[in-house]
Formats: sequence, structure tokens, C-alpha cells
Amino acid sequence: MMTNFLVLDRRTRTMMVILGCLVLFSGIFLGAWLYGEQGQVTNLPLRKLPPGWDRPFGTDWLGRDMFARTLKGLRISLEIGLAAATCSAGIALAFGLAAATMGRIVDVVVTWLCDVGMATPHLVLLILISFACGGGAKGVIIAVAASHWPALTRVIRAEVMQLRTSDYIKLSRRLGRSSTWIARHHLLPHVAPQFLVGLLLLFPHAILHAAGLTFLGFGMSPHTPEIGTLLAESMRHLSTGMWWLALAPGLALIISVMAFDVLGNNVRALLDPKTLRE
Amino acid sequence: MLAIQNLSIRFTHYTFGLKKKEVCVVRGLDLSIAPGQVMAVIGQSGAGKSLLAHALLGILPRNARIEGKVSFKGQRLTPERLATLRGSQIALIPQSVTSLNPLLRVGVQVARAARLSGISQKDVPTTVHRAFARYLLQKEVETWFPFQLSGGMARRVLTATATVGMADLILADEPTSGLDPITAGEALGHLRELANTGKAVLLITHDIETALQVADMVTVFCAGTTVEVARAEDFKGLGHLRHPYTRALWAALPTNSFIGTMKPIERTSDTGGCPFRLCCNDQDAVCGQSAPELKRTGEGWVRCHHA
Amino acid sequence: MLEATSLAYRYGKQRSWLFNDLNLRITPGEIVGMSGPSGRGKSTLAKLLAGYLTPSRGSVMVDGRPLPGSGHCPVQLLFQHPELAVNPRWKARDILAEAGPPDAALLRDLGIEPAWLARYPHELSGGELQRICLARALTSRTRYLLCDEMTSMLDPLTQASIWRTVLDISRSRELGLVVISHDQALLGKLCHRSVCYFQNDHLSSACLLAT
Repeated sequence: MMTNFLVLDRRTRTMMVILGCLVLFSGIFLGAWLYGEQGQVTNLPLRKLPPGWDRPFGTDWLGRDMFARTLKGLRISLEIGLAAATCSAGIALAFGLAAATMGRIVDVVVTWLCDVGMATPHLVLLILISFACGGGAKGVIIAVAASHWPALTRVIRAEVMQLRTSDYIKLSRRLGRSSTWIARHHLLPHVAPQFLVGLLLLFPHAILHAAGLTFLGFGMSPHTPEIGTLLAESMRHLSTGMWWLALAPGLALIISVMAFDVLGNNVRALLDPKTLRE
Repeated sequence: MLAIQNLSIRFTHYTFGLKKKEVCVVRGLDLSIAPGQVMAVIGQSGAGKSLLAHALLGILPRNARIEGKVSFKGQRLTPERLATLRGSQIALIPQSVTSLNPLLRVGVQVARAARLSGISQKDVPTTVHRAFARYLLQKEVETWFPFQLSGGMARRVLTATATVGMADLILADEPTSGLDPITAGEALGHLRELANTGKAVLLITHDIETALQVADMVTVFCAGTTVEVARAEDFKGLGHLRHPYTRALWAALPTNSFIGTMKPIERTSDTGGCPFRLCCNDQDAVCGQSAPELKRTGEGWVRCHHA
Repeated sequence: MLEATSLAYRYGKQRSWLFNDLNLRITPGEIVGMSGPSGRGKSTLAKLLAGYLTPSRGSVMVDGRPLPGSGHCPVQLLFQHPELAVNPRWKARDILAEAGPPDAALLRDLGIEPAWLARYPHELSGGELQRICLARALTSRTRYLLCDEMTSMLDPLTQASIWRTVLDISRSRELGLVVISHDQALLGKLCHRSVCYFQNDHLSSACLLAT
């Protein structure tokens, strides 16, 4: 394990990267569970202190430990993002399969909806939906879920449509198999890897948008230390020189979002039949 | 022009989880082609033969390993030398029209092939026109896209991409697969014409009869290795063919007796001895002990203890 | 009897007709050959006869009834490229099982070794895959077999071996066979009943010649 990372062959490297990402995420959740509540403790004598040895991220104007707040905020952001992305992927799967298998009219309707979804400015749509649903966690999840499905729908629709023209699918029909059987045994196993990768790559978008919504004030209430909230609050204090209030949460968000991206790309590399056998 | 000695190609691939396995697909391939000669490589449809073309061009996938000696025009063909010769002195006629970019017009693609083979920019248009005219393609075909070409036209365009430059070694990978006899005959005629101008042509195919129409020499390739090298004239009847596999192949043709006297060898066996001993009718003790070497007999070469 | 009456087909309303008013009749036990220039519609005709495409005009009947829309079709088609006719993620034994429980005697006759069943299609050669496709197509409910250049990608030994077996099986089961191929010598060896030639750009009638 301690050998030079680049010397290891491709599949081992991919799996190690995936493992690394999973360890990072478990660390965040575990850390938040163990240490997150410290972020609520106010300690006025220790306020506005820059990062130091016992305060890795410094303290804010109320003396609350930024490290604990960031951890808890990250956990909340990840949870919201994951929930929203999963809903979105579920919608994409249903729409994609329907468009590819249920005839021309359904296909036209779904494609039109995809086009509308992709043409509308993303942030505007998110704010509208979140506002209409009353904000809060529920609003954010619904808003993100309702706006991220078009891209994955297109991918699934294209994949299934191409599959259905394959010789072996038509042959399966001629051998007497029903549509349901073909969908379950031929189509779904083929689509599953693409779907998984699409789902993983949806997470970064969802997490960032959830944080963004909260930053703008249309998401979670300011009482929950979500990353967006932390960033919004830090804006006021930047001019007084408390740079760590913005840097720490921002950096944490970017790193965890990138980790999801790396995870998604590596899982795709692992599942891609071309690189699978190398 | 080209001399290959003891070429072997191995692939490593994953079996399950992180375990790897090495498979030897080609072992001990010997081949040589002189200028003006058409050498046909005949074997089963599948891994070995197309890999030979890819190995000669240096475009094997990353998990492949090549061993053996390959010389081109008398000098060793190292990967560095290959990178400079590829496309300019060694050209490939691909198997199917899917090798062409579906979004570019065929004239543009042939022009690019000409450019890559070293022709100067100002000579390219005339060279392209000449190449198209040589294969009896109308001028407007240059503006067509690959999907508009019929089977025969596609075959001619693919040949043009390889011959528009000044390549001296042409590799033709299954040039007649899927074609009707008339178009196939045309394609082979082009290859013969190329050889007559002094180039060396390596024709890789599984179809013996079409190969014999234009080939000078035939290499029979089976179980990952060269089994026999014979002249095309030797294939007129069973008499001159030496290796049992070649004789079985010849007898199995529909124009001959259409009987398979030998079980087809599907893959190489790693055990010692001759890989054909399980299905050969003339085998005896010595066949099980050691794998035979390629011996010269008359005009050709045979890998059999009893030839 | 497999009967095509006044069959006509084109790929879309703007395209030209591939053939028009085509009649073909195949009786059980008969071996019919089909050859002709490429791209003229031989494979399309095979797909129409097997029910993969619906004819623009005319009909295809098996024993007096139209081809079934669902359920096992008594007319089975074998493709030129077996690797496209199987699901690449399935093992050989799953591919065989798709048509129902495999018949051990049939597997033995076709020369399918038990070791092949645990392999994936990319690990099997063209000949091995084609035999598996044959075993899948030759169920007890199959009455007609359409072989669309089935062995043109295989070497002569494998070709001879496969055709010997297919002839034996079709003789014992009284199957109707349609062989599509460019190889005149092959058709001569296999089909000693009737041969169709596609002539003209747009086929107007198939001529049935007894050789």
C-alpha cells in the first residue's frame, strides 16, 4: 500500500481514489456527529480570534468555534444536496425510461420539458421554486430536485433508445419474451452504471446550489449553520479583516464538492467497459 | 521489404477484482514480404490476424506487450521509427467505413491522409483528384459524406486513403468482408495493381478463395502461430500442401469436398507439444513432446514434425 | 409452409421501394438459397420473413396464420455478426437459457463445450458464438431457420462443421431453411432445391429456379 501511487495499475489506483473519497465523506459525517454541537457554544472572551493551534478555523464574533460550525454546516449541506440529487435522479430515470419506451407522444412531451428546463436560467428557477415552497429545507430540496433532472434524462433516454434498436433486444422479443422481462433483464442492467455515475455527478451541483440558495437567503433559515448561512454572515465581517470566517467554510465546501466529482469520474472509469479490461 | 521473426503479442486483462491474467494471443509469428508481392495471411476470424496489422502500425491497446523482431526495409522497426513511418511509408486500408469520420466529407479526409503522408500542401488537391480518378470515383464523390457511399464506393475510398501517399507497405485488413463477389473482385484487383507497381501488400483475411485470386504467397495462421507459408500455386490441389491443418482447410471449402476433417482449433493451448495433436490424424509420440519449429521445405515453410 | 404474398417494403415514405409484389414459398424440409448484389434487400427480406419488420404491403404467413406479435416466433433469424446478436453482459449459459431450458443433445451435436457456458461473449470466438446463437434459435418451436450470411465471417473448417450439423438437424426436424450468401459454391452444396436471384435495381419479382 505504501508503494508509489503512480506505479500501481489503473484499476487499483481507481479503487484507492474511490476509497479515499468515501473515507473523507464518512469523516465529515462522523466529525459532525461527534464534534458539531460545539459550534453552538458561545465563548465571548475568545471571540474574533484568527486560526491558531487549538482553533484550526478560528472563532467568530460570538466566540463560537468555526471548525465545529463548518463541520456541522458541511454535514447539513451534504445531506440536503444528497437528498435533492437522489430525488432528481429518480425523476430523471422515470422520465428517461418513459420517453424511450412509451411511444412518440410521451417522448415529445418529455423532450420539450427537458428543453424548457435547460433553457431557463438556473438560479432564477431555483429561487422561484424555493420561494413558492416556503423556503427551508423542504423548499431547497424541492427546488434543486425539480431543476436538475433534464441532463440525466437525456442521457438515459438516448441510452435506452439505442439499446432498443440492438439486434439482441429484437431477437429476445422473437423468442417470446415480454416487454417487462426485456426491460428488467436487458435494459435496466445496461442503464444502471450510467445512472449511478449520473447520480454521483449530480451531487456536486445539488450541494453547490443548495448552499447558494441559502447564501442568497432563499433557503434554510439563518439559525441553521449551513455553509451558505456561514458564508452569508461572513460577508459582513470581511471588511474588518476576519478572513477566516469566509475562507474556512468556502474551502470546505469546494473540497467536498470536488471530492464527489472525483468519485463520480472514477466510478465511471471503473464501470466503463473499455477500461474495465485493461 | 518487411521481415517479422518470432513475433508474439500478449494481453494482460483483469479476471476478477484486482487479479490479472496474461493471455498470449500470437506466439512465434514469422513472415516476410518482398516488394511487388502480395502476401495473404489466412486464419480464423478473430483476434490474431487484425492484431498483426495493429502491431505493425504500433496501435495496439495499452495492455498489450509485443516481443520479437520486426524489420522494415532492412532496418529494425523500433516504436520511434514506426511513429515516423506510420501513414507515410506503412499504410493501412481499414476494414470498414466506420473508420472514416462521419462528420467530414470524404474528399477532406483523403486530403488529410495525403497531407499526413508527407505530400506538400500545394500538391494535395491534385493528388486527391488523381486518387479518386484512379479508382473510378466521380468528382462529386469528393463532396459526399461517408454515409452516402455504397459498399463498393466505400471500399474504394478507403483504399484511396491508404494509397494517396507514397506508402511502400500496404496493410489490407479484411478488404472483402461483407462484399458481393463483383465488388470483392474489384477491391482485390486494386491490391494486385498496387503490388504490380512495386509496393508490398499484406492481405489479412479469413477467406481463402478470395485471397488466392491475387496473392503470390500465403501464410496460414492458426493457434496463434504461423503454420505454413506456401505459394499460391500450391493451393491448386491437395498435393502440394504440407501441413495437415492447411490440407483440412482446403478440403473444407465448399468448392472442394466441404468436409471438415479436423476439429477447428479455437484458441492456443499452452501445453507442450504441437497444438494440433488432439485433432490431427497423422500424429504420433513426437508430436506430444515438443512444439515443431518452422522448417523450410521447397518453396515454403512448414511447422510440422512430419512434413 | 412459410409464405410471403405480394410483399413490398421501403424504409420510409420518401424512399424508393426495395421490392414490390414479391412472392415466396418455403415448405418444411426445403432448403432455399438466396444470393445477389449487396444492399439490394436480401437482409431486409429476411427480417420481414422473421417478423423483425412489418411489410409496407403484403403479408407473411406461417401455416396459414400471420406471424405472431408476441410469443415465440416459429421463424428464427441468424445474423452475420453473432457478437451483435447477444447481450455482451450476459454469460453464454444465460444467452442459451433465454430461449428456454437448453437441450443437452442439441448442445452436443453443435459441438458446444461445457467450458464455454461460463464465458462472456467477448471471450468466445466467432465460431463458438455462432454455435451458441444456433442452439438458442433451434428450440422445439422453431420451424423455419433464416441464415443471413451466417458463416461468411468464419473460416472454412468452422463453416463446414457448422453447416454439416445444421443440415443434419434440419433434416431430422423437417425444418425449412433459407440460406442467404454470396458464396455460390456454398449454395450449390447446400441448396439443391431452389435458388432466388435478386436482379434489377428494384426487385419486382423473384425468380425461382430449380437447379
